[in-house]
Amino acid sequence: MPANGATDLSRAEIDRRLTAAMAAAQGGDRTAYESVLRDCVPIVQRIARHQGASADFLDDVVQDVLVTIHGARATYDPSRSFVAWLTAITQRRTIDILRKRGRRGAHEVYAPEAFDTHAGDDNPERDAVRHAEATQLHAFVDQLPEGQREAVRTLALEENSLEDASKATGRTKTSLKVNLHRAIKTLRGRMSGVER
Amino acid sequence: MSESDDISRLIGDLGADLKPVRRLPPPWLRALVWLGVVVVVALILVATRKLLPALGIIGNDPFMLPGAYASLATAALAAIAAFELSLPDRSDKWILLPLPALVVWIALNGLGCLATLAIPGTQTTPFQFMVCLSLIIAISVPLTVAMIVMVRRARPLRPLRVAALGGLAASGAAATLLILIHPHDSAVLDLAAHGVAVAVIIGLNVLLGGRLLVPANKFRGDA
Repeated sequence: MPANGATDLSRAEIDRRLTAAMAAAQGGDRTAYESVLRDCVPIVQRIARHQGASADFLDDVVQDVLVTIHGARATYDPSRSFVAWLTAITQRRTIDILRKRGRRGAHEVYAPEAFDTHAGDDNPERDAVRHAEATQLHAFVDQLPEGQREAVRTLALEENSLEDASKATGRTKTSLKVNLHRAIKTLRGRMSGVER
Repeated sequence: MSESDDISRLIGDLGADLKPVRRLPPPWLRALVWLGVVVVVALILVATRKLLPALGIIGNDPFMLPGAYASLATAALAAIAAFELSLPDRSDKWILLPLPALVVWIALNGLGCLATLAIPGTQTTPFQFMVCLSLIIAISVPLTVAMIVMVRRARPLRPLRVAALGGLAASGAAATLLILIHPHDSAVLDLAAHGVAVAVIIGLNVLLGGRLLVPANKFRGDA
């Protein structure tokens, strides 16, 4: 009984202190306000844990509640308990966040294959596939007839202009364009396995 | 458990953003102010009713006036409940406050409807139904806007329930004010118009409530 009495007294004392500080904050006292927000953190964490919030998003709940307090601070009536006001906000926001997480979780699929297919640039497997494809493409280019091979090398690989390529190879622009067109058609077919 | 760096930073940001705020007046006072808006709309309707064509029937329905009082009581109680529920620390039970008046309103309308069924020539035409419906919705627009503006200040954490109560308050008041420009008996179609209008107004309030009642918060990225 004495222990409970002491606890109740200290809770009432904390509530009185927070109530006074929040009333000062409503008047624009920044020091009082920051002290209230700081004192709210452990209370919010305790309530959120009790509501079923796991440790990995307690910080999210705390931040959300602090932001909610900031927006709703005009609704606090200093003739009523601050802790009751804070508890109501925390309980409602925690439930909302838990629901939102639940909904989001239902839309998200755990799919490691999706990561493998659409991974970032530092994917060694995909790099290896690309390397193999490039090697194969070079091999197919080497198998092209002389005229087509020259067109691919000068126009596509070395990125020369038609005029420069014409000078370098001694072929006409029209001949280069036709050869490049035929080469691309042949390569596309071979890479897709249609024409072997 | 101590606070993280993110929380410390947020507390600093919120502190830097702190401005003095005017505390919200008690819910009953805010409801009274909103009922003041209803009175203003009533005065405007009385002032302009000579410009409107004569609509409806001035009948002998003994349930019409009591029904109007019941709808007004529903509006007042729903407004008080909406302002109470807009505050975070008020009980969910406030939602029950307008229920008794609502039950009386529906009951009186039902009794009036049964009474007029026996009297030939008192039934509403489809045209009058549409007029009645349009008038209730039109009158409820300024009342709904006033409610939204007033409730938004509280940033309600239960916006849908507050919106539903706000819609009930606006439609109840609009149904009461209708008597000023469109006297009517409790004919079946008239009552149907009342019912549809109340449902439409509450439905729209609930649909829009979540967005309209909670202003954007610059500190909440995903709000």
